[in-house]
Amino acid sequence: MSLAAQVLIEERFVRERMAPPSRFGDKAFQWLTMAMAMAVVVLVILTGWQLWRGSSLTVEKFGFHFLATSTWDPVAEQFGALPFIYGTLVSSLIALLIAVPLSIATAVYLTELAPLWIRQPLVSLTEMLAAIPSVILGLWGIFVMVPWLRDYPFPFLKHYFGWIPLFTGPIYGPCMFAGGIIIAIMILPIITSVSREILRSVPDLQREAAYGLGATRWEVTRIAVLSYARKGLFGAVILGLGRALGETMAVTMVIGNTPQIAASLFKPGYTLASVIANEFTEATTDIYLGALFEIGLVLFGVTILVNLVAQFLLKTMTTTTSATRAVQ
Amino acid sequence: MTKLPRILGLTIALGLSASASAQMMINGAGATFPYPIYSKWFDAYTKVDPSVRFNYQSIGSGGGQKQILAQTVDFGASDGPMSDDNLAKAPGKLLHIPTVAGADVVAYNLPGNPKLKLDADTIAGIFLGQIKKWGDPKITALNAGAKLPDQEIVVVHRSDGSGTTYIWTDYLSKISPEWKTKVGTNTSVNWPTGIGGKGNEGVAGQIKQTPGALGYVELIYAIQNKMPYADVKNSAGEFVTPTLESITAALATAEIPDDFRFSMTNAPGKDAYPICGATWLLVYQQQKDPAKGKKLVEFLKWAAKDGEKMAKDLNYAPLPDSVQQRVLTRINEIKL
Repeated sequence: MSLAAQVLIEERFVRERMAPPSRFGDKAFQWLTMAMAMAVVVLVILTGWQLWRGSSLTVEKFGFHFLATSTWDPVAEQFGALPFIYGTLVSSLIALLIAVPLSIATAVYLTELAPLWIRQPLVSLTEMLAAIPSVILGLWGIFVMVPWLRDYPFPFLKHYFGWIPLFTGPIYGPCMFAGGIIIAIMILPIITSVSREILRSVPDLQREAAYGLGATRWEVTRIAVLSYARKGLFGAVILGLGRALGETMAVTMVIGNTPQIAASLFKPGYTLASVIANEFTEATTDIYLGALFEIGLVLFGVTILVNLVAQFLLKTMTTTTSATRAVQ
Repeated sequence: MTKLPRILGLTIALGLSASASAQMMINGAGATFPYPIYSKWFDAYTKVDPSVRFNYQSIGSGGGQKQILAQTVDFGASDGPMSDDNLAKAPGKLLHIPTVAGADVVAYNLPGNPKLKLDADTIAGIFLGQIKKWGDPKITALNAGAKLPDQEIVVVHRSDGSGTTYIWTDYLSKISPEWKTKVGTNTSVNWPTGIGGKGNEGVAGQIKQTPGALGYVELIYAIQNKMPYADVKNSAGEFVTPTLESITAALATAEIPDDFRFSMTNAPGKDAYPICGATWLLVYQQQKDPAKGKKLVEFLKWAAKDGEKMAKDLNYAPLPDSVQQRVLTRINEIKL
């Protein structure tokens, strides 16, 4: 049963039982919650304003060039954010390509197919993955994941798919690909658990109807469940993407931290969030600090833009379901 | 029941005495490199003067300079001397008080981990991306006995802004005109080659995990992690192993101007290790709060005399006597 339906029933139940409510309490409650909601909006606006103010120096000096150039030289005080924007988008895209099929498949297994005794342990395990601190994953990334990737999967990809520019060049270990994989691991739990909630909120009636028509298990999952929950799952992916764009510590430990735009995923890259974390503490000149503030502003902008695009895509999808309402 | 009032009285007396000897809190912020020795000093100093407590935030040299300029702390700490631009922003005269020194070592990962010898040209060549292979004649010429693989050198540098990088790039700028014009000196720079690791642990991890890697880490870090590191040829033409003694030797021969804003890289003297740097405390010459200023001066004097003796145990190089005397004179110039 979806959350919304449950609320409806409870509301009716409460109305029948209780005396006419006091108007004042309701109003006060409404104002209080509205103030809370508004505080979030104000916080977002203040953050944006603060970033804008902090970066006024570089906005003035570099203007649009800041977004379009690739040199990041604190000594000569030349700053361009393009490689960082590129790195953020590419690493997040790699993360989504890996994490989305994995987490949706996990969610399907957990809600549709898994025997009951295995569900709870598996659910707890995926949720525990979310509790691992970023820096721990990063250290694991340096000492375990990167050497393994460098010795086995990367040479394999280079050998068989080396004709694609993505898998060319020398393999050092830390690289854009490794960064994407570590982000994938970090966003897996959130996409999985939200997807699981979405799939659970698909009414059993849907499944029963499909079975009634003689559908196989796969067909039931595909037609009655996944297609019904499509928008909700898309929402889950967007939540994951939001986290991917801002992921910092673990990424910075495995991505190689080199501001460059290279076709090969085996080359080191850099992300917006990482450069802020790396350089903020020791930035001594005003213009340098301003440049880092503007990187923050760009990250802020990229996140908002990606979310707007996602909202737009969501709107263009035709079916509306209670499952999606639950996410929205 | 006669006990109760007595206990009450005792409790009140204790409470009063605690508030009477209210501790003075001296706040500082800045460099992370000297944090272990500073916290040791602050701890040891509570036995010397129990009325003072220190609160030190290791937020990085940039933050330390910012906070002392904004006067939100009583003293700042920095791994690099402040620039003229930043000093000009200070509301009063800021003094640089050098405390201890450390070194950057060239660490590497090679089969069998042979002891390597490197000179200025070779190090600059590697970090400029001109010497690409371990088998390069420039490296093999310096290391006749060692077996070097014909492998690519994977250069690893710090990705975060750090005093370690400041020392490293300061050295390279001094010994290579090309580095000076192309890259320069700073806490982080536009690296011509290599991959970036976050923090000493990130660089060390990257070196340990990548065959053929070479990078720079703090001496303390290399010792603690048992990483092999190279002897470096100094300006007198001697190959010197980085040790606390060879750092102090560099301090003794480095040219130290009156304001203590010195660079000790590539110092003359045949025992001096060339890639090292000092760390500084930053205090205003005119203290705003006389009571607090007095306590701070007392602490600084203690640190310069007794504190220095603890340096070696924590793998920091102490100041040589000559510099220590000059530092004490400077501390005496602080006005309350």
